[in-house]
Amino acid sequence: MKVGIPKEIYPGERRVAATPATAKQLQKLGFDVLIESGAGESANFTDDAYMQAECQIVADASTLWAEADIVLKVRPPTLHPQLDKHETQLLRQESTLIGFIYPAQNSELLDKLTASKATVLAMDAVPRITRAQKLDALSSMANLAGYRAIIEAANHFGRFFNGQITAAGKVQPAKVLVIGAGVAGLAAIGTAKGLGAVVRAFDTRLVVKEQIESLGAEFLKLNFAEDGAGEGGYAKVMSDEFIKAEMELFATQAKEVDIIVTTALIPGKKAPVLITREMVESMKKGSVIVDLAAEQGGNCACTHPGEIYLYQGVTIVGLTDLPSRMAQQASQLYGTNLYHLLEEMGGANNFQVNLEDEVVRSALVTQAGEVTWLPLKKVEEKEVKSQKSEIKSQKDELANSHSTLSQFATPASSPERTESSSHDLLWLLMAGLALLGVGIAAPASFLSHCTVFVLACFVGWQVIWNVKPALHTPLMSVTNAISGIIILGGMLQISGASSSSITILGAIAVLIGTINISGGFLVTQRMLKMFQR
Amino acid sequence: MSNNLLTVAYIGASALFILSLGGLSDRETAGKGNVYGIVGMAIAFAATAVSLEASQYGVLVSVVVPGAILGAIAAARVKMTAMPEMVAMLHSFVGAAAVLVGVANYLQQSQLTGVELTIHQLEIFVGAFIGAVTFAGSLVAFGKLRGIISSKPVLLPGRHLLNLGIVAVSVWLGIQFVGIEGTGGLQLLLVMCGLASVLGIHLVLAIGGADMPVVISMLNSYSGWAAAAAGFMLSNDLLIVTGALVGSSGAILSYIMCKAMNRSFISVILGGFGKDTITGEDGDRPAGEVASTTIEKTAALLETAKSVIIVPGYGMAVAQAQHAVSELTKLLRDRGVQVRFGVHPVAGRMPGHMNVLLAEAQVPYDIVLEMDEINADFPKTDVVLAIGANDTINPSALENPNSAIAGMPVLEVWHAATVVVMKRSLASGYAGVENPLFYKENTRMLFGDAENNLDMLVGKLAQMSGDTAERQRTETTVLR
Repeated sequence: MKVGIPKEIYPGERRVAATPATAKQLQKLGFDVLIESGAGESANFTDDAYMQAECQIVADASTLWAEADIVLKVRPPTLHPQLDKHETQLLRQESTLIGFIYPAQNSELLDKLTASKATVLAMDAVPRITRAQKLDALSSMANLAGYRAIIEAANHFGRFFNGQITAAGKVQPAKVLVIGAGVAGLAAIGTAKGLGAVVRAFDTRLVVKEQIESLGAEFLKLNFAEDGAGEGGYAKVMSDEFIKAEMELFATQAKEVDIIVTTALIPGKKAPVLITREMVESMKKGSVIVDLAAEQGGNCACTHPGEIYLYQGVTIVGLTDLPSRMAQQASQLYGTNLYHLLEEMGGANNFQVNLEDEVVRSALVTQAGEVTWLPLKKVEEKEVKSQKSEIKSQKDELANSHSTLSQFATPASSPERTESSSHDLLWLLMAGLALLGVGIAAPASFLSHCTVFVLACFVGWQVIWNVKPALHTPLMSVTNAISGIIILGGMLQISGASSSSITILGAIAVLIGTINISGGFLVTQRMLKMFQR
Repeated sequence: MSNNLLTVAYIGASALFILSLGGLSDRETAGKGNVYGIVGMAIAFAATAVSLEASQYGVLVSVVVPGAILGAIAAARVKMTAMPEMVAMLHSFVGAAAVLVGVANYLQQSQLTGVELTIHQLEIFVGAFIGAVTFAGSLVAFGKLRGIISSKPVLLPGRHLLNLGIVAVSVWLGIQFVGIEGTGGLQLLLVMCGLASVLGIHLVLAIGGADMPVVISMLNSYSGWAAAAAGFMLSNDLLIVTGALVGSSGAILSYIMCKAMNRSFISVILGGFGKDTITGEDGDRPAGEVASTTIEKTAALLETAKSVIIVPGYGMAVAQAQHAVSELTKLLRDRGVQVRFGVHPVAGRMPGHMNVLLAEAQVPYDIVLEMDEINADFPKTDVVLAIGANDTINPSALENPNSAIAGMPVLEVWHAATVVVMKRSLASGYAGVENPLFYKENTRMLFGDAENNLDMLVGKLAQMSGDTAERQRTETTVLR
C-alpha cells in the first residue's frame, strides 16, 4: 500500500504530515511512502532527507494524489492554486484521506468529500479516551501552541521573565495569568514557570487545581462552590453568578499581571469573551496578551485574528498558526500521531476501517459517498440549552508529558457517586433501625459493652489508616499477637471451672493463644529489626 | 486482686494496645509500638493471673510455658518468605481459641435469665461461628500458601447457594439453640461449628493464589471479630476493645488490597477470579515481538544506566532472590547509580510482603517506594528491572478496557527507557491476562530462574567494575 504526503497548500502553512523519521516508522508498518517534492521544505526537511529515508519523491501533486492509497494531510483540503482544482477532486474514490477536517465548521467541505466517495478520517474527531492519547493530534498541537504562546509573549514583552538581583538593581519577575488549564494552558504554565515567571492559572474545573499546582503555578479560586467539570473532560457552562464572579476576578488580575494567555475554546462555536476592552485598557503599558482562541473569534475583545498589534500600549497576539511556526517539531509530533492511527488500523498488511474500533469509528467522517460523521451530539444539545457560554479548555490531559497529571476524574464517576450516596443513606437507615432494636430489647450491661465495642472500632479505624504500607506485614503480626488476648477467656474458664472438661477446653485455648502471643510479638520484633536505613 | 484494680489494669492494657498500633505508623516508632504491645499483654496477663485462685496456677503454667516456647521457636525459625503462612497459622489459632472459649463458656452454666440469657447464648453462638470460620479458613489459606493445597480456585457448582445454605442452616440452628436451657444445646452448637468450618474451608478454597493478600487480611479481621465476640460473652471489655482494634485493622487492610486490585470486596470473597477470562483472551495476542536478552547485555545495560528502578513481585519471593537483589543494589549504588524499588500494594501474598523481604535482605528502606510515590518517575528512568512481577506491571490494565484487570492501578514501568523482565517463561500471570508489556519495543525478557540470573548478573557486574578499575590503573601508570 502506498501512503502519499502532498505539499500543504494553505497559505502560510509550514507543517508536513510526515517527517523522514515518521516515514521510516510508516515503512515499518509495511507502507510505501510517496512524498511530493518540496513538501517538507518549510519544515526544514529536504527532499534528500526523505530520499535517505527511502521515500519516493513525486514531482507533482496530481500524480501523488492519483497514486496514493492513503493520503496524509495537515490542513483540510482546499482549492489547489497551481492545478486550479479542489483537492477533493484529486482524491481517488477508493483511497483514504487522513488529516484535520473540522467537519462541524466545514459543511461545504463535507459535501465535497462525500461526493468524492473516498474514505475520510478526521484527526480532530479522534475520541478523548486513554487508549487514543497517542494519536490525539489536537493534544499534541495544543501542547505546541501553549509553549509557543509564552515564547511569543516573551518576544513582545520588554522585560525579564525571572526575577533577578543584579549589580544594576533588582528586577521583579513577570506575572503571567493563564486562563483555561487544558493541554495548551498547562504547556503555557510549564513554559512560563520554566522561564522563571510567577504564574497564576484559572479554570472552572476544580479537578485541574492539582495539575496546575503540580507545575508550580498558583490556582486562582473563586469564592464560589461550583465545579465546571463537564462531559468528556470539557468544562461545562457555568451559572450567571459564577461568570460574574469570574469576570471580577479577571478584572482585578488584569491590573496586576504582565502577561495573559487565554485558551478557552468551545468545540464548533465562537470562543467566549473573557477579557473585555476595559480590562485591556486597565493593564500596565508593555503588557502582552496571547489569545490562543483567536481562530474562533478570540477570548479577548480586542483580538484581531492572525495579527499582532499594539492596543493602548498592550501587545495583543492573535496568531492562529502557532503550531505551524514550529513546523519541524509540529510535523514530527503530528506525523507520529498519524503513524499511531495507521498502526491502529492494522498497518499495510491488515489495513481496514474497522467500525467496531471506537477510535476509528469516531474519526471516520465520510465513507463510500455517505456522511458517517457522528457530531458530539450530547455536548451540542447542552450548549444550545444554555444561554451563556463558558470556558471549554481544549483538553484536560497532558498525560504524555506529565503522567502525574493523568489523575483526573472520569466523567462516569459522578452518577456512580450519587448512587453510592443513596446506598450510604440506606446503610445509615439500617444501622439506625438496628440500634433502635437493640436499644429496646437489650439489657444495660450489653449496651455498655456495645459502647466500648463501637468506640474501639472507630479508634482502630483512625489509627490503622496511618500505618505505612511497608509496615503492613508487621501490623498483621502485631494484631495477631494482641488478638492472642483471647487467652484471658481461657484463663477465666479455668478459674471458674465446674467440670474437668471445661478446664481442658480452657487450657487448650490458653495454650494456642500463648503461641500466638509469643510468636506474634517475637516475629514482629525480628522483622522490625531488619528495617534499616 | 480487687475487681476495680483488674478493670484499671485492663484499661491500661487497652491504651497500650492502641499505642502499639499507632506506633506502627512509622518505621522509627514501630519498634516502640511492639514493646507497648508486649507490655500491655503482660499487664493484662498478670492482672488476670493474680485474680485466679492459686490452685489453678499449676494448670496455667503447664500450658503457658510450652505455648510461649513453641511460639518463640516458630518466630525464630520462620523464613521471611514464609511469613504469610505463619500469619495464616496464627489466625487459625485465634479462631480455634475462640471456639474453645465459646464451648467452654456454654458448658459453664450461667446464672442469667430472660433476655440476658438469650443475648448471652447468642453471643456464644455468634462467637463460635466466627471462630470456626476463621479457624478452618485460615488452615486452608495456610495449606494454599504452603503449596499443600493447590492455589487454583476450587469452584464447586452452585457454590454461592452452598454458602447461603450453610448460613441459613446456621441461623436456623441458632434460633433453636437460643430456646434451650442449661447445656442441652451443646450438640446444636457443635453441629454449627462443623458447618461453619465447612463454610470457612469452602470460602477460602474458591479464592485463587494472588487474591491471598485480601484473604489473609480478611481472616485477620475475622480473628479480631472472634475475639470481640468472646469479649461480649465473657463481659470482658479488654477483649472487646482488642478484638475491635484487630477487626478494623484487618478490614482496612482488606479494603486497601481490594482497592489496589480495582476489585470489589464481594467479588474477591465470592472467588473464582481469573477463571472465565482466560478463554476469552486467546484471539487477542498483543502485537509485536518478544525480545529476549542475555546476562551480558543486561549487565552492560545496567553498567551504563544512571537510574534504575527494581520492581519485585511474588516471583522474587518464590525464587528466594531477595539477597541477590540486595547485592545487586549495593553494587549498583557503589557505582553511583540511583537505585530505587517500586512496590505494588498487592505484590506478594500478603500486605507488605515485599517490604519485609527486602528489609530482610538489608535493602535500605528509604529507597523502597510505594506505587504512588514512584509512578511519576518511570519516564526519567534508564532501566527497570522487573523481578517476577507480572500483573502489577501489565499495561493492559490502563490501555485495554476489556481486559480482566482493566482499571487496576499498575506500576507504569513501560515509560522507562528500557525494561528488563526477569521471568521463567512467557506464561500469563495469575489473572490469566496476556501481558502486552513483554511485546513492547523497549522490553527485554531475561528468562530463567531469578536467583541464578541475579547471581550471574552480580558476578558479571563485579567483574566489569573490576575491569574498569584495572584499566584505570593501567591508564594512570601509562600517564605517569
